[in-house]
Amino acid sequence: MPTNNLPSNLHSAVHATGLIKNFGEFTAVDAIDLDVRQGEIFGVLGPNGAGKTTMLKMLATLLPIDGGEAEIFGVDVRKEPHRIRQLLGVTGQYASVDENLTANENLWLFARLQGVSSKDARTTASRLLEQFALQEAADKPISQFSGGMRRRLDLAASLITQPPLIFLDEPTTGLDPRTRGQMWDTIRSLVDNGSTILLTTQYLDEADQLADRIAVIDRGAKVAEGTPDQLKTSVGDSTLQLQLADGADQSLASDVVRRVVGEAPVLTPESGRMNVALDNANRAADVLIGLREAGIGITSVSVDKPTLDEVFLALTGHDTGESNDPSTDERELEVAR
Amino acid sequence: MSTIVLERSEILARTTPRNSLRDTASQTLTLAWRSLTKMRRNPEQFFDVIIQPLLFTAMFTYIFGGAVSGSVANYMPLIIPGILAQTALTACMAMGTQLREDMDKGVFDRFKSLPIARIAPLAGPALADVIRYVIAATLTILVGLAMGYRPGGGFVGVLGGWTLTIVAAWSLAWIFTWLGTIARSAQAVQGISMMIMFPLSFMSNAFVDAKTMPDWLQTFVKFNPVSHVVTAVRDLMNDGKVTADVGWALFGCLVVVAIFAPLSVRSYKRHL
Ligand SMILES: Nc1ncnc2c1ncn2[C@@H]1O[C@H](COP(=O)(O)OP(=O)(O)OP(=O)(O)O)[C@@H](O)[C@H]1O
Ligand SMILES: [Mg+2]
Repeated sequence: MPTNNLPSNLHSAVHATGLIKNFGEFTAVDAIDLDVRQGEIFGVLGPNGAGKTTMLKMLATLLPIDGGEAEIFGVDVRKEPHRIRQLLGVTGQYASVDENLTANENLWLFARLQGVSSKDARTTASRLLEQFALQEAADKPISQFSGGMRRRLDLAASLITQPPLIFLDEPTTGLDPRTRGQMWDTIRSLVDNGSTILLTTQYLDEADQLADRIAVIDRGAKVAEGTPDQLKTSVGDSTLQLQLADGADQSLASDVVRRVVGEAPVLTPESGRMNVALDNANRAADVLIGLREAGIGITSVSVDKPTLDEVFLALTGHDTGESNDPSTDERELEVAR
Repeated sequence: MSTIVLERSEILARTTPRNSLRDTASQTLTLAWRSLTKMRRNPEQFFDVIIQPLLFTAMFTYIFGGAVSGSVANYMPLIIPGILAQTALTACMAMGTQLREDMDKGVFDRFKSLPIARIAPLAGPALADVIRYVIAATLTILVGLAMGYRPGGGFVGVLGGWTLTIVAAWSLAWIFTWLGTIARSAQAVQGISMMIMFPLSFMSNAFVDAKTMPDWLQTFVKFNPVSHVVTAVRDLMNDGKVTADVGWALFGCLVVVAIFAPLSVRSYKRHL
């Protein structure tokens, strides 16, 4: 891609500076800068309540922008919402299709609303249903659809006019691993056809698999940005998780770890637990030997790929907090309604 | 990364700065189709406009007939237009509740993200609702005829009254549409609508002659648009005359739409 001696926003699909959204006293999006280049998949990674959906909604003209500037293909989001809506395909976090209509009717309806003739709308609907493996369910009411089918239909509905920019808000949350893999393939093929994609996710591996670049946001602010590789090196390729037999050994153990891998471990809120970022899983043995030589006992040990939690611990110094709280999702759902 | 990178000018060339009137009309018709399909699949949406004309026409006529006009037959020319207006009002009241429920559903999120005129998601259902007013008005008149009502205005007069009732229902529906866009829940819309509907229909000349009412109430009755609609429908159906009240009724409808349609669009936009 030609990026060199031109100002970057000439090739930006999305260019936003200092985006702000307040809900009363609460700042949901706090001065976020975003630059999504044409033709890339840009991932926004963050835990529940980070402000991902709010940010996308502002960019999609679905929420007023309280502060900052945003442009999509050079069009001002605030000044020309109608043009923005023609440039965008939006797949929200919760399926936005009509429960009272069949899959076929849904696609026909959305195509007609965008000025496609009735005949072409029928052709488009059946093409999309086939592309998303929904042709057998074409004439079933959506209320009989599974979660995965709804998601696929929702995505199909966003692609009717083949928009140059597509927003996907947590496209694979709640999908089984196989369906998730299919969704990833679909997303990749969209980019091959010239679309630019801005997606949000709570999963590091998803961002890693799909995105050319990632922004990590937390509590409304951007805490990191880079390619997946850059992000991962900040937390290591894998993580060694240790539980010390005696919580009092923590500072001694930290010293040992720092000596062996050259970096301090990340302490988790539980007493005596620590995560050590490793650029190479083989280094785990070195750490364990070091601890044994220092006479520090451990009760459990495991080596894992870094999780979003660890990225967060490393980047923000606190964990995602809400990610294990099942009540959060319900609350978000209510908020979104 | 992609191998195809579209030129920005090429991308923007495919967009238009705003919806034309033709786009808006086509979007409204498409959304009216959606509402009709929904009605067809949930026929209980027709219960009120079927049951109420049957029940109310018979009930009011037999209960009040003797007391108000001396006999049921004498009461007919007074009450049938009154019930027409009242049925129209209750039929269009459902608009607000329906819209509120609909707006809470996911599909409205998509309507908002599509490049469609902001009035289309409101005007579409309003257009589809006309079918309910047609049913309500037709049934009321048929029940009246079956009970012995013989309108002096003949077929043309009745047709005029029927049309005016439907136009009035469609216009007044914008008040309830607006309520649907500002209220927090469908129940709230229901409650407020009732509080508007009862005074509008009973504090009018729909059921009795207003002359027996206290002065302050007569003043309200005089300015109530429903009264004008009722009088206009009486003039059309009983005398076959296009009186000044027909003009006032139509003017009142126009004013209601001119105020509440823009208000509805504005608060719908703000709801984003
Ligand atoms: N309409 C609203 N009114 C008040 N607060 C809101 C509203 N919408 C969102 N919020 C708050 O803003 C914060 C960010 O919400 P948002 O939905 O953008 O998070 P998210 O990153 O998409 O989370 P998730 O992963 O759960 O979808 C949350 O704390 C949420 O409670
Ligand atoms: Mg979200």
